[in-house]
Amino acid sequence: MLATLIRLLGDFDVAEEALHDAFKAALEQWPREGVPSNPRAWLVSAGRFKAIDGLRRQKRFTPLDEAGAAAETAVEDSAAFADPESVEDDRLRLIFTCCHPVLTADAQVALTLREVCGLTTEEIARAFLTPAPTLAQRIVRAKNKIRDARIPYEVPSPAELPERLDAVLRVIYLVFNEGYAASSGSTVTRHDLSGEAIRLGRVLVDLLPEPEAVGLLALMLLQDSRRAARMSPEGEVILLEDQDRSLWNQEQIQEGQRLVERALGSRRAGPYSIQAAIGAVHAGSPDAASTDWAEIVGLYDVLWHVDRSPVIELNRAVAIAMRDGPAAGVALVDAILERGDLRDYRLAHAARAELCRRLGKNADARQSYQKALALTRQEPERRFLQRRLAQLS
Amino acid sequence: MKYLCLVYLEGQKLHAVPDRECQNCGDGFRERGVLLAAEALQPIETAATVRVRDGKISVTDGPFAETKEQLAGFYLLDARDLNDAIQMAAKIPPAREGSVEVRPVRELVP
Repeated sequence: MLATLIRLLGDFDVAEEALHDAFKAALEQWPREGVPSNPRAWLVSAGRFKAIDGLRRQKRFTPLDEAGAAAETAVEDSAAFADPESVEDDRLRLIFTCCHPVLTADAQVALTLREVCGLTTEEIARAFLTPAPTLAQRIVRAKNKIRDARIPYEVPSPAELPERLDAVLRVIYLVFNEGYAASSGSTVTRHDLSGEAIRLGRVLVDLLPEPEAVGLLALMLLQDSRRAARMSPEGEVILLEDQDRSLWNQEQIQEGQRLVERALGSRRAGPYSIQAAIGAVHAGSPDAASTDWAEIVGLYDVLWHVDRSPVIELNRAVAIAMRDGPAAGVALVDAILERGDLRDYRLAHAARAELCRRLGKNADARQSYQKALALTRQEPERRFLQRRLAQLS
Repeated sequence: MKYLCLVYLEGQKLHAVPDRECQNCGDGFRERGVLLAAEALQPIETAATVRVRDGKISVTDGPFAETKEQLAGFYLLDARDLNDAIQMAAKIPPAREGSVEVRPVRELVP
């Protein structure tokens, strides 16, 4: 309903206030006159009239007034807001507006969580460990930019769609990761944000079943399926190969695997779908030793082809270590570190340390664990690295 | 709504795009009825910067900012919204060589 009102009224704040007024009116009228046959349409309609009333009072409305005129035109468009399909279209338009590339990444995330997911400013601020006034200001600035630069509420044309969809997927995955592997703070998982991202991913797949949207939803489900196994009851990190796989969520795994097949079957699979396919291989393996590491290395080769990021190169090196032994992995990780791309990336040092430990090169392992320790900002990760260091001495 | 598309190019690329191409681009906008004004500019070495402080005029050369790119021209366009303006800006030929800044015009409040 908020999405529809934003489209009809062309302004976030006016729409929010209108919806609030509409609920107030419903509380007064519905007990007296009964619930209308289409409550959603009633609320949107009431909200719109309240808003136009407000604009008239505020601005001494004349037909020349732009916002008022736009709202007035919308009044005639009475079928549009009663139709559930158009309500969903409004939601999709809103997602694309909130993730518009002219907004900063921070603003895209905050605005999407606020306007599309309906989280309060305080909830978002808490989840991102940002002071609430800072976050509120970020949202206000983004809304002002949408209004002043006139960013439209529309689903991009087919020509623009790939790039614009990338921005939307990036925002959703960022929210998921913030919940899954918080970049700082005392707990590794902040489930609410991951759940919110998965919900948003589902909405997107329903509205716009593009292969990469399907792939991203699969990726999130497959990662999230391991949630219960990746931490001990004491809050300690458990690596993938040491996890109790009976704790993995089979329902999420099955849904994830179905979605991976659907995304790959489109023949237009991109990085999210390929990463999801890697997740699906892990999910289908009873333990680390019987995992088809050759398959995983092959998928990383494909992934490296579409996205030449050093982090993917690192993950590929680890997969090769699992296939060919730790010595092959150390050589590749050292080559990446020597180039300097990942010198400040804690997981590159942690991976090297782990591989050196397996080779019995304790001095090298110790040095790399210490580098990783200096770079990590997560408390459980810090404890994990300290435990490893203690085991070496 | 009006948008000013500011074309930025590095000094040595000011003539990288043939004038004819820019002319054609402008003609295309004019035929669609979206062009309000467009001009190419002389290089930044020809610029004067004027300030008035305490009623006194001061004139200096340049702005000579730190950036290598300089303002090379502009198109003032009438677009439906920002997405429309971005689509049009992408058609400006020097966008291939430098960059185009898209700025919404603010109506003065008298």
